[in-house]
Amino acid sequence: MPETYQDGVAPRNLAAFLRRLYALTRKEVRQLLRDKSNLSIGLLLPVILMLIFGYGLSLDVRNAPIAVVLEDASPTAMDAISGLQLSPYFSPLLMRSMHEAEEKMLTREVDAIVRVPPDFASALNAGQGKLQVIVHGAEASRATIILNYATSALAQQGARLQDRSAGAASDGIGQVQVESRLWFNAANTSTWYLVPGLIVLIMTLTGAFLTALVMAREWERGTFEALFVSPVKPVEILLAKIIPYFVVGIIGLAMCLVTARFLFGVPMEGSLPLLLLSSVLYLFVALGIGLLISSVTRNQFMASQVSLLISLLPVFMLSGFMFDLRNVPVMINVIGHLFPATHFMTLIKTLMLAGNIWPIIILEGSILAGYAVLFIGLARLVTRKRLD
Amino acid sequence: MLNTLHRVLSLCRKEMLAILKDPSSRIVLIMPVILQSMLFGYAATYDLTNAPYAVLDQSRSAASAELLASLDGTGVFHRVATLESEQQIEEIIDKGEALLVLQFGADFERNLYAGQTASLQVILDARNSNSAGSAAADIGAIVAGFNQQWRQSHGGSAPALTVESRAWYNPNLETRWFIMPSMIASLAFLQTVMLTALSVAREREQGTFDQLLVTPMSPSEIMVGKAVPPIMIGLVQSTIVMLVTLFWFKVPMAGSLLTLYLGLVFFMISSVGVGLVLSALSANMQQAMLYSFMLMMPLMLLSGLATPVRNMPEPIQILTYANPLRFAIDLIQRVYLEGVSLFSVWYDLLPLMVIAVLTLPWAAWLFRHRLI
Repeated sequence: MPETYQDGVAPRNLAAFLRRLYALTRKEVRQLLRDKSNLSIGLLLPVILMLIFGYGLSLDVRNAPIAVVLEDASPTAMDAISGLQLSPYFSPLLMRSMHEAEEKMLTREVDAIVRVPPDFASALNAGQGKLQVIVHGAEASRATIILNYATSALAQQGARLQDRSAGAASDGIGQVQVESRLWFNAANTSTWYLVPGLIVLIMTLTGAFLTALVMAREWERGTFEALFVSPVKPVEILLAKIIPYFVVGIIGLAMCLVTARFLFGVPMEGSLPLLLLSSVLYLFVALGIGLLISSVTRNQFMASQVSLLISLLPVFMLSGFMFDLRNVPVMINVIGHLFPATHFMTLIKTLMLAGNIWPIIILEGSILAGYAVLFIGLARLVTRKRLD
Repeated sequence: MLNTLHRVLSLCRKEMLAILKDPSSRIVLIMPVILQSMLFGYAATYDLTNAPYAVLDQSRSAASAELLASLDGTGVFHRVATLESEQQIEEIIDKGEALLVLQFGADFERNLYAGQTASLQVILDARNSNSAGSAAADIGAIVAGFNQQWRQSHGGSAPALTVESRAWYNPNLETRWFIMPSMIASLAFLQTVMLTALSVAREREQGTFDQLLVTPMSPSEIMVGKAVPPIMIGLVQSTIVMLVTLFWFKVPMAGSLLTLYLGLVFFMISSVGVGLVLSALSANMQQAMLYSFMLMMPLMLLSGLATPVRNMPEPIQILTYANPLRFAIDLIQRVYLEGVSLFSVWYDLLPLMVIAVLTLPWAAWLFRHRLI
């Protein structure tokens, strides 16, 4: 670069700076609008993802088909399994033979088998009733939930039967009853915890992945160098590149918030301005990462793979989006907290589901700000070094 | 015939060279697979292994201490704080320091001795509804055990009904046993489709595809030559993940390797078919990459990898029938965990074959009929 184009904008240069920036930005916007594949990632994919997450993905079990094998068909046995028939979690299929049930389990037509053994009624009278629950364990999370629901429904009904046969409402022995209250997710649905995380995913997608790809293409084709010989400063080139994607990211955010609120009924307990502010902050972080990846790799395939690996994958796996970081080994937890997405995830879930909890907002907010400065600074440094 | 074979082999060799000649792309094909399979194995878990809790015990009784002792005995629940007043509950839950707070009322033990119902308040942070649900279920089971003990030690009869439970194919119901076999297909899927999508698009962008078209090769020969190298790379990646699953995470394999690989080969062929169609439809590398990415995100999410297909609403379950990954995951799970034979996975193999039969000729046709 010629020495006349140094950094630092003096007041009289501001007008020229803005004019050049405006011209460059217009060029970038046109380029973005021309290739529909960019826009579809930026705008269409978020809509698809929101629908998938809102309607498709769920960790909640409803109407699971289970086989109930009545080897004893006495009224007592029917009574004992009545808890399952009333439950919204199961749709029980009654059958007589264990063989038939096992067959259905092997073909996965049922998720579990509840077996009432032949002499159930008499055994129960003798105080030794036994029921068996067998669950198909391949899909572990679903199986665990089904097993828990089934065992507790059966045990409760069993206790009721026992009280009834004892003839008294209570035999004078106390018992503990659990009264649980769920905070921050009154509907108890996984949609509420998945949808806020989706915002993180979508911002990462536009900010880091898309930006990295688009910029890597310029490096690969050498069109960047063509820009450098024109009388514009590196900062202006970078800004003009960032601005359109920033706007796309903000549109994605707006769409997410509207769908979350009105389609899926996810609450907004905290303050909206704070949420917008932190999202903008994270968008800067993501853009910085994207720019950095592109100028280090300078190759489209590598840029796509690297940004997948260090930006999108961590959002899925290590940020607490789907999997709770409390449950992973310490080492993985520490690694998870190295990624900015993890901090934004905590912040956004807190703001949407819990409210303005200041200690969290201040801590995670300042970490995000630090990352923003770090990555934008690094991106600028790397880009400049290669230019000079 | 021999000529055809010779031409296809040469093209395969050329494609392999194009993919592997660059050291950085060699690394990018192997390292991430190892890294990701390790990461997924440790991080992708829905199992509750660490539940920090706080206690507000207004009864300060022997009974509440006994209940808490059985909670601590699980190794899952760890007490992080002992609270003095109800006002503190909000703070500790808000900050996420405790997943749950147990509150014993002042009359907890008195009620128990009086033969009444003593209530135990459990406040759960459900920002992650899955963890909250698992914790609630665990507490329920612990309290049930406590009640039973209390009855028996205070002159009551043992419960007349016991429920025995057992889980097939995954005795401890570990998420890892489910996730890792699914990874054998998913991790390779991601890169195989992208590699294939890039292969034709790269030649289009550089103008060498026209040169390839004027060689004596027929479009189907080009198609085969372009398809074989990514299939082989995909199989190598799957093998790496399988080795990690088997030897690092020690998830036992119940089925036969032969059946597993047969399924994998069909899966790779169908995913390469999808990639080739995408590639033939794109004008340049960037489009190929973005389109394949746009297709792959929904395919991965709706494959049963993130959440079980059976939890999805009916219409979405039907949509997943067009997804090769869904069948591959089902097939691998059945062969790996359940140990079923080839004969019982035909309904997974058939859709994979249908996808391959539809996409591969379509791609070959597109080579000639879409000149950009």
